[in-house]
Amino acid sequence: MSNTIRFDVDSDGIAALTIDVPGQSMNVIGAEFLSDLETAIDRLSSDDSIKGAVIASGKDSGFMAGMDLKAMETMLLPPKGLALDMATLFERVFELNRILRKLETCGKPVACAIEGICVGGGFELALACHHRVVGDNPKTQLGLPEILVGLFPGGGGSQRFSRITGAQTALMYMLQGKLFKPAEGAALKLIDTVVPTGTALDAAKSWVKDNPTASTQPWDVKGFKVPGGGSAMNPGFAMTFMGATPMMQKQAQRNMNAPIALLSAVYEGLQLPMDRAIKIESKYFAKVLSKPQARNMVRTLFVNKQAAERGARRPADIPPSPTAKLAMLGAGMMGAGIATVSAQAGMEVLLLDRDMASAEKGKAHVEAQLQKRVSRGKMAPDKMAEILARVTPVTEVEDLKGCDFVIEAVFEDPGIKADITKRVEAVLGPDIIFGSNTSTLPITGLAKAWSKPENFIGIHFFSPVEKMPLVEIILGEKTGPQAIAKALDFVRQIRKTPIVVNDSRGFYTSRCFATYVSEGTQMVAEGIKPALIENVGKQLGMPVGPLAVSDEVSIELGHKVMTATRAALGDAYTATAADEVIEKMVVDLGRFGRKNGKGYYDYPAEGPKHLWPGLAEHFPRAAVQPSPAQVRERLLYRQLIECARCFEEGVLMEPEDGDLGAIFGWGFAPWTGGPFSHIDTVGLSKVVETLDKLTQSHGDRFSPTQQLRDMAASGSTFYGTAKQAAA
Amino acid sequence: MEAFIYDAVRSPRGRGKADGALHEITPIDLASQILRSVPERTGIDTADIDDVILGCVTPVAEQGADIARVAVLNSDYAETVPGVQINRFCASGLEAVNMAAAKVASGEANFAVGGGVESMSRIPMASDGGAWATDPAVAYKTYFAPQGIGADLIATKFGFSRADCDAYAVESQKRAKKAWDEGRFARSILPIRDVMGEVVLDHDEHMRPEADMQSLGALKPSFKAMGEEMPGFDAVALMKYPEVEKIDHVHHAGNSSGIVDGSAAVLIGNKAMGEKYGLKPRARIRAMGSIGSEPMIMLTGPESVATKLLERSGMSTSDIDLWELNEAFASVVLRYMQAMGLDHSQINVNGGAIAMGHPLGATGAMVLGTALDELERSGKGTALINLCVGAGMGTGTIIERI
Repeated sequence: MSNTIRFDVDSDGIAALTIDVPGQSMNVIGAEFLSDLETAIDRLSSDDSIKGAVIASGKDSGFMAGMDLKAMETMLLPPKGLALDMATLFERVFELNRILRKLETCGKPVACAIEGICVGGGFELALACHHRVVGDNPKTQLGLPEILVGLFPGGGGSQRFSRITGAQTALMYMLQGKLFKPAEGAALKLIDTVVPTGTALDAAKSWVKDNPTASTQPWDVKGFKVPGGGSAMNPGFAMTFMGATPMMQKQAQRNMNAPIALLSAVYEGLQLPMDRAIKIESKYFAKVLSKPQARNMVRTLFVNKQAAERGARRPADIPPSPTAKLAMLGAGMMGAGIATVSAQAGMEVLLLDRDMASAEKGKAHVEAQLQKRVSRGKMAPDKMAEILARVTPVTEVEDLKGCDFVIEAVFEDPGIKADITKRVEAVLGPDIIFGSNTSTLPITGLAKAWSKPENFIGIHFFSPVEKMPLVEIILGEKTGPQAIAKALDFVRQIRKTPIVVNDSRGFYTSRCFATYVSEGTQMVAEGIKPALIENVGKQLGMPVGPLAVSDEVSIELGHKVMTATRAALGDAYTATAADEVIEKMVVDLGRFGRKNGKGYYDYPAEGPKHLWPGLAEHFPRAAVQPSPAQVRERLLYRQLIECARCFEEGVLMEPEDGDLGAIFGWGFAPWTGGPFSHIDTVGLSKVVETLDKLTQSHGDRFSPTQQLRDMAASGSTFYGTAKQAAA
Repeated sequence: MEAFIYDAVRSPRGRGKADGALHEITPIDLASQILRSVPERTGIDTADIDDVILGCVTPVAEQGADIARVAVLNSDYAETVPGVQINRFCASGLEAVNMAAAKVASGEANFAVGGGVESMSRIPMASDGGAWATDPAVAYKTYFAPQGIGADLIATKFGFSRADCDAYAVESQKRAKKAWDEGRFARSILPIRDVMGEVVLDHDEHMRPEADMQSLGALKPSFKAMGEEMPGFDAVALMKYPEVEKIDHVHHAGNSSGIVDGSAAVLIGNKAMGEKYGLKPRARIRAMGSIGSEPMIMLTGPESVATKLLERSGMSTSDIDLWELNEAFASVVLRYMQAMGLDHSQINVNGGAIAMGHPLGATGAMVLGTALDELERSGKGTALINLCVGAGMGTGTIIERI
């Protein structure tokens, strides 16, 4: 009895295997599907009246995505998170390979009819067919993106892709998780035929009918040669791998398990016959899966990201409240960026600024952003005109009538913000939801300017808005469920990833991110070589070094924030050695950062930036330099402890928000799956021990929270017991 | 038992290109001409040779299949003489000498020949493949980057500029020219002959004595593209050496060792053999050895092996009269001088591989011979011969003139 695959044989004796996994919007590979697939293959090979088969999807959403990643954890791990022994893990992992190998050696021709998305395990299934037909649809995406969530193609994909295209091309795609369109797939020879959309099934059937004996894969034919070489004896093959390993490291640093495992699986697998190659692939795959990294990355980068985007944090009982007409207050960089993504999502946008020139400038930014997409061929010119027509620059709050959502992105000054907030309320009334895109000012304070504070919410975008994937939703003390639903619906409309946090200075992301920069600055004060700080920051998996970040956001801005914070906190402010560095750079040396071409780096007119040699003079080098591991530990743990503080203080309500916000908000080392996943993985006791050690040598900023100590003592974790207790 | 050097002979070095004089000479012929000269020069019966050890770094194709034994047969040695090919990368020739000395010292051999051969024009460097650079798991584990990246990293890390390296190279060329002009290599050079017996090369062909700062300044860095662009080895280097901001790519064809063809042999024997043939030992081996060092930067082994040999032999740097370090790259020698506290006047006094070339498998035996000739010419007593080695090694020998 097959639940996931329908098996119909037509009058020509061609079986149609229609995949329709129940309870899923998109076909995914789970245990039941695998078992059904094997049953179907057995019938196919044993029933003489069946001449061949076509595999297609029964869903309009596309052909098939990959493994059911949500179910993978339970499928691969026994209860209580105990690790499986490697032999058992291999057995489970090899199941997909075994069955796909059975498919391609079943003795009957099998064609695959792909309509719509076909990625990951779905594409691996396609590669195990003897013929691949794709319906030509511009939205169809093909390929093997596993690397992006800490895995690699482990269902024969690494072997078949590289046997078809050669190792070099295959690695280029698989190491970046690069997807491609049908025509590109055909050019790569991964796709045999591209037909008009909707006709793939018929085309696949006629291929099977016309090719009754085409049941052997090229790699099973004696004398098969891998394009570009398939043996270490081949200089081209050797050169490919000599280049691939450094390129992979340059891209992924040395933190991730999957990319190097993929390289080895392809290198070793290509030199073996297919039956042994898929075993090598599964062995490497099992090794990757046996480490917590894969689970952490899958959980945050895939499962929880999708959950957040689908409204995990949205109050369920509030009906959908999509925004139709947005009042965008402030047409600066942020305002114009928000206007761009909103108009692209189909909303009408009224872009308000104090004078028409400023408002028009904001619209010009929208136009420039869209134009970029058009020139790259990613958007049709008429589409651009349509989107642009939805953005109307205005100067009077009266013009905002009819808007159903407000986002404010005016100058970061409580007075100015309060003034515009009140004037907007006078026109739209207090029942409209008002969102403030402040990055620093507490929401509870700003909400006082709106007479119904339950309708006031923080909606913090990152710059540049068009590119940055995260939106941080901040709840003021009185923010209500309507406001949360409205803001989250808006984020969903613009297809970004939301996190929801409570009010606090710097909220979650800005506050924790700042610690990375300040720890780097502190190290400058201590005379640690700036190159060491910067390189280790990048090697930790951060997008750039802390000093480079500081230059980008401007040291001068850091100085302003520091001065303001000092004024706001008075005696409660703790001065640091990093403050002195900032003071000296900005006040004494006039080095503001990239904006004036002088910061921790110099920015020559020609050639790349380089560290300013003057740093050695103004911040004399310590005679004894720390090891890279010590620098790395400080840069990492300074962020971890601040995240933990946010959790203890209730700024964060869920570890999921903390992990998503860290990775997508400030680029926190993605290989960890986020700070909370990392703390869990290292172990609470070990983390507390390290923090105690760092506190001793570097000060109280590393001091572990009571909650961390309690969790360590009770043996709980953020994703385990603490989360259950909170629920 | 003590091991003595009775003879050292080498071929001139031919440019390692299609127009090089030795390109038409097969590596087996090149090695055979050198081996044949040993009994001719010393009058020994080859039946007294208990082993022939030849370094060869790319032992594939016509350099493959134990070229040492085949060269022994091809050289009309007694068939009782075995042969073994060894590979310690750039120090193979010296390692072969050390092994020969060890066999004599241990009593395994009365006479043993250590030497090497490399026809780089015929068998390109690295054509033997290997797991180190190509097997992803291994390349990853060892932070593999080609040695030019390591050489440039040494220059950056230890503060040697392009001008420093170029100046070193200019001086190497001058010294080599002077040494040739004064016939300082005459005792060791065996002209190489073609199939008809005509001499095809009697001098080191790679030298460019006219090189100056200006002409070297015009050369493009050799490792910049592979370091900074494709595939980007610099990134790997900085992962191992994060205190370096950016690698300064100072090396180029003019301040790195030349690619050449060549062969060399050194005859080592015990005291009794010298007496049997009335041969006067030219030098004794005081110390020998190899070490492993950090493989990514790769070429900082010489200081470690030198220190080890000095300690083993109870000597100090001041006990060494003459220093010889293979000029793989200018920065390697500059760093060695810095680490050991040497003045340029004490080291590589007759130039080196930047001027004359580096036939990988043979160079170690060649530089040992060069040092021996120089000790005899100058009347000095001790020399420390040393080479940096791929994958992070160092091999050295201390000899004492008799």
